[in-house]
Amino acid sequence: MSFINFTTREISCKIVYYGPGLSGKTTNLHWIYNHTESDRKGKLISLATETERTLFFDFLPLALGKIEGFGVRFHLYTVPGQVFYAASRKLILKGVDGIVFTADSQIERMEANMESMDDLRQNLEEHGYDIRNIPLTIQYNKRDLPNVAPLEEMNRHLNPMNGEWFEAVAFYGTGVYETLKDVAKKVLKDLRKAR
Amino acid sequence: MSSFSLVMHDAEFERIGSALTELCTSSRAFAVFLVDKNGQLIGTAGESARIDGTGLASLAAGTVAATGGMAGLIGEDEFSVLSHEGKRKSIHITIVDSRVILVIIFDDRSSLGLVRLRARQASGKLARVFRELDLKVEESANEDQMNEAFFSEITDEDIDRLFG
Ligand SMILES: Nc1nc2c(ncn2[C@@H]2O[C@H](COP(=O)(O)OP(=O)(O)OP(=O)(O)O)[C@@H](O)[C@H]2O)c(=O)[nH]1
Ligand SMILES: [Mg+2]
Repeated sequence: MSFINFTTREISCKIVYYGPGLSGKTTNLHWIYNHTESDRKGKLISLATETERTLFFDFLPLALGKIEGFGVRFHLYTVPGQVFYAASRKLILKGVDGIVFTADSQIERMEANMESMDDLRQNLEEHGYDIRNIPLTIQYNKRDLPNVAPLEEMNRHLNPMNGEWFEAVAFYGTGVYETLKDVAKKVLKDLRKAR
Repeated sequence: MSSFSLVMHDAEFERIGSALTELCTSSRAFAVFLVDKNGQLIGTAGESARIDGTGLASLAAGTVAATGGMAGLIGEDEFSVLSHEGKRKSIHITIVDSRVILVIIFDDRSSLGLVRLRARQASGKLARVFRELDLKVEESANEDQMNEAFFSEITDEDIDRLFG
């Protein structure tokens, strides 16, 4: 649910990074935070365990610029990927405008990716969204590792609707900005379409 | 999806702003924030500029969502009042009309009793504004010309330009 304020002339949209545990969601936000000018970002808030696993969410507000005199803000959230944080994941999806699905490309994580995608579909449904209609960008992360699944296989399992996807190495920033840009564009286009 | 955008115009914004300012004064609070349940900041009053409002808003919404989840586990709808007591400053959270979150930050110039009382009074007033806002959104769903003009004018180039 985007928020449009005609008095302050601002639009805010909510983007959620979803995916299995350790796939690199938090790493995406850290990279974006570290590579955004300070007047375009707010504080990065991480509610994490002592071992840096996301416990509830990470939050990063970005103010990208103006369209037609309106300031455009994106609020980026990550969910905790570990299976047992199911309740928190569902809460964070509330009011989402766009989703980045960060998959872990390692062969042995394929099942976890698929499980997380199912979990996403189901949680969206419970909030009254259809995964086929919501702005969604898929990111195949950790492409630097030796044991990654081929892209065709990743697409076959995780991207049956043939949506936009990007290869990434989140801790070097490869593909991180491209992914964000793609989902943000989709969200803004969706906002236009909804009128 | 975004067909349920929360849209706010000058008139509502002013009404909300003045209700928040009045609340801030009458409760002798340090600052007051109004946040929607998704974590978007709607309005502020008092010394709000001295606090990271965007961060506070997302955390307040997260807290309300988490305690709402706990409420569900014990068969309650929600906990409509949450209170966090600190050494110097405290936070009092009220859920207004099950839809927006009123966050009052106060110090020893005020007291929990006073803040609770004023928050309860302000909730009723804010709930009315939000109900009217809802009505307006419904009435003008198809003919909100200002929205319409604005969004249809967004071009692909505008969007590209945002990302430099
Ligand atoms: N090799 C490699 N490691 C990565 C990459 N991106 C992230 N990592 C590492 O993977 C680990 C987990 O990254 P996080 O960003 O914390 O993962 P997460 O998805 O937020 O995990 P949860 O919070 O548990 O859901 C960290 O040690 C990162 O440094 C990548 O592209 N390649
Ligand atoms: Mg994380």
